Amino acid sequence: MIQAIAVKLILSAIVAIASIYVGLGLKGVDRKLAARMQGRIGPPLRQPFWDVSKLFQKENIVPYHAVDWVFNLMPLVAFTSAIVIMLYMPIGPLKPVLGGFGDLILVVYLFAFPSLAMAIGGFSSGSPIGAIGAQREMVVMMSYELPLAIVVFSRAMILSSGGIEGLTLKLAIDPWSMVGMLGIIGLCLLLASLLMVIPGELAKIPFDQPEAETELAGGVLAEYSGRNMGMFYLADAVKSLAIASLVIALFFPWGISSYFSGLPELGGYAVTAWALDGAFFLLKVFLILLVSVTVVRVVMPRVKIDRASSFYMFTTGAIAAIGMLLIYICINGGF
Amino acid sequence: MAGKSYTLPIGPVHPALKEPTMFKLTVEGEIVTAVDVQPGINHRGIEFIGMRRNPLQVLHLAERICGICSIVHQYSFALASEKAAGITEIPERAQYIRTIMAELERVHSHLLWAGVAAHELGFDTLLHWTWQLREWVQDVLEIISGNRVNYAMYIQGGVRRDISPEVIQKLKVMIADYRAGIDQLCKAFTDDRVFRHRTMGVGVLTYKDAVETCAVGPTTRGSGVHKDVRIDQPFGGYADLDLDYCLPEKMGYENNGDTYAKTLVRLQEVVQSLDIIEFCLDNMPPGPIRWESNMTKLLQHMKKAEGEALGLNEAPRGEMIHYVKLNAGDENVSIWKVRASTYNNILAWTKMLPGCQIADVSIIAAAVDPCIGCMDRVTVVDQDTGKEKLFSNEDFYRASIRKTRAYQRKVSP
Repeated sequence: MIQAIAVKLILSAIVAIASIYVGLGLKGVDRKLAARMQGRIGPPLRQPFWDVSKLFQKENIVPYHAVDWVFNLMPLVAFTSAIVIMLYMPIGPLKPVLGGFGDLILVVYLFAFPSLAMAIGGFSSGSPIGAIGAQREMVVMMSYELPLAIVVFSRAMILSSGGIEGLTLKLAIDPWSMVGMLGIIGLCLLLASLLMVIPGELAKIPFDQPEAETELAGGVLAEYSGRNMGMFYLADAVKSLAIASLVIALFFPWGISSYFSGLPELGGYAVTAWALDGAFFLLKVFLILLVSVTVVRVVMPRVKIDRASSFYMFTTGAIAAIGMLLIYICINGGF
Repeated sequence: MAGKSYTLPIGPVHPALKEPTMFKLTVEGEIVTAVDVQPGINHRGIEFIGMRRNPLQVLHLAERICGICSIVHQYSFALASEKAAGITEIPERAQYIRTIMAELERVHSHLLWAGVAAHELGFDTLLHWTWQLREWVQDVLEIISGNRVNYAMYIQGGVRRDISPEVIQKLKVMIADYRAGIDQLCKAFTDDRVFRHRTMGVGVLTYKDAVETCAVGPTTRGSGVHKDVRIDQPFGGYADLDLDYCLPEKMGYENNGDTYAKTLVRLQEVVQSLDIIEFCLDNMPPGPIRWESNMTKLLQHMKKAEGEALGLNEAPRGEMIHYVKLNAGDENVSIWKVRASTYNNILAWTKMLPGCQIADVSIIAAAVDPCIGCMDRVTVVDQDTGKEKLFSNEDFYRASIRKTRAYQRKVSP
C-alpha cells in the first residue's frame, strides 16, 4: 500500500516536472513560429524559461486594496490544477498516473479550475481592470464549456456503445474504428469544435479578451507580478500541453511503435518503443497547438466579448451538437 | 450588472496609449457611459525653451516636439517665422523639396497609424507587415536627410539640403514599390471580416459633432467635412497641385465618421501623398535652394525683423498652427505658441466614446491618431485634497529660480 502510494508520488513528480519543461518548450516554439509568420526574427526558444526564472526572482507586489490571501492563493491553485490535469492524461505510451481515481468529467472540471482561479484572482486584486478582466474570463469560460461538454459526452457515447466504460481515459481507445461513415463525419465535427475551444481555453487571440493587452493592459493579470505572475505563466504553459493531450486522448490515441518490429529492449522493458511513442506524442501535441493556437493567433485580430461568447455558444456549440447527433444516429441507427 | 457603474482608468500609462494621457471611463458592465479626458501629463515646456533661443535654433527644437510629425512642426515654424521676418522670396526648388519631405512624412505617419490600429485590435501580424512597409520610406528619408526621425531639412527661406538626381531615382523606385504595397495593405484592411466588424459603426463622429468640436485632419474628413489646409489655403508646392479632399465616399463607403471611414481616409491619403511626391519630382525646377545661404546674415535679418505671423500646415493628423512674434533688437523668438492638431481632435473623443464597449476604447482613441507630445500641458494634482493646479511657464521659471537660489545659498554660506 505505502509502496504503491510512493510510486504514484514519484511518478506524479516526474510528470509534473516534465510537463512544465515540455509546456515551456512548446511556448517557445509557438513564439518563434508566430514571429516567423509575422516577419520577425522572434525570441530564442529558451525565452520562456528565462521569463519564468526572471519572474520568480522579481518582487511580488500585492495591491493595497487586494484581498491578499486570495490574491496569493489563486496562482498556486491555477498552477496545481493544471499539473493535476496532466496526472489524469495518458501521456504517449504511459497510462494516466492517477487513472484509477477519476474520469473524464473530473478532467473537464479540472480544466475549468485555472480559468476560475484567474477570475477569482482578478476579482480579489481590487483593481477595476482586474475585475473587468475577471468578468470576461467568466463569460468566455461559460461559453466554451458547452461545446467542450458535448465533445466529451459524445465520445463517451461511442465508447459505451462498444461496451467500454465511456468516461474512462485509458490508453489507446480508438473512437474512429468504432463508428460508421456518419459517425466519422460526426467525429470530424467534434474535433473541429474542440480545436475551436482551445484558443478560448488558453486565452489566446482571438479569444484573449480577459487579458486584452491594448484594452485592459493585461486584465486579470494586470496586478500580478513576480512569483504569482510566474505561477500563472507556468499554469498557462502546462495547460496548453494538457488541452493538446486531451485532444490526443479523445481523438488520436495511437502510437507508432507497433508498426516497427524488433525494437531493442532494455532489461525486459520496451524502452525504445516508449521513446518512439513519446516522441510521436510530442509531435502530435506540437501539431495540434500549431493549428489551433499559433496559426490562429497570427491570422486573426481580437474579437469583442459578445462576439466571442456567441461564437462559442452558437457556432461552435451548433457544430458540436450536429456532430453529436450524427454519432447518435450512427450508433443507434446502425449506419 | 445594470445600474452598477464604476470608473475604469485608462492611463496615464497604458499599453493602448503610445504616449501618456489619461481617460477616466465610467463603465456599466462592458458599456462606457461617460468619459472624462484628463490630458496634461506629457508637457515638457518646449515653448518656454524656445522663447530663450533665436529662430534658427528654434527650428531644430520645433522638430523635437514630436517624433512622428516632426517635420510639420519645423515646416510650420519656418513658415511663421518667414512671414514674421518678411522673407517672401523662397526659391521654388526649395518649396518643392519642402513639399516632398512633408508628404514623405505623411506616408510614414499614416503607415505607423495603420499598424497601431491593427495592434489595438490585437492583429499583430498586420502591425508587423505595415511597419515593414514603413521601413522603406524611413530608409528614403534617411538617404535624403541622413536621419530617420528628425530630418533638420528646413531653414528660414529654403531648405538645408538638395535632393540629388540619384536620390530622385531611388525615390521613384520607392514610389513604384509603394503603390503595389499600399494596394495589398488596403486589401488586408478592407477584406478582413473581423477588422470590418471591429471598426464599422464604432466611434462614430457625426458631421455635426465634427464641426462643433472643431476636429481637424482625417478625423474630420472621415465624417465628410471638407477641411484640408493644403487645399483650403495652399502654400509652398501645394499651390501648383490640383488636390482633392480624401473622403471615404471615394472608396465606396459613406462619410459616416466611424473608425472604418477614418481608416479609408488615411489609406487614400497615402496614395495621394505618393501622387504629390511624384508630381513634385517630375516638375522640380532647377535653381537655388535658399533665400540666403549665409547663416550669419540670415540671423542678422531675423534679429532686425519685427512682426508676428501664423504658420499653417496640414500635419498628418490635421491642421497645425505655429504663432511666432519677433521683436526688433530681440535675438530670441519673443512669443512662440504651438497649437497641434491633436489639441482639436481630443475633444472629439468625448463625442465618440460614450456608448461604446470597453473593447472599442483603444481603437476609438487611436482613430484620431493622438499625438500627446504635440499637445500637452502639465497639471499637478494634490493627493490629499484632490485639487488640481495648472502650472504655467512662469511658475516653472519661478520654481527653477527658487531652486537655483537655494543651491547658491547652500554652496556659498
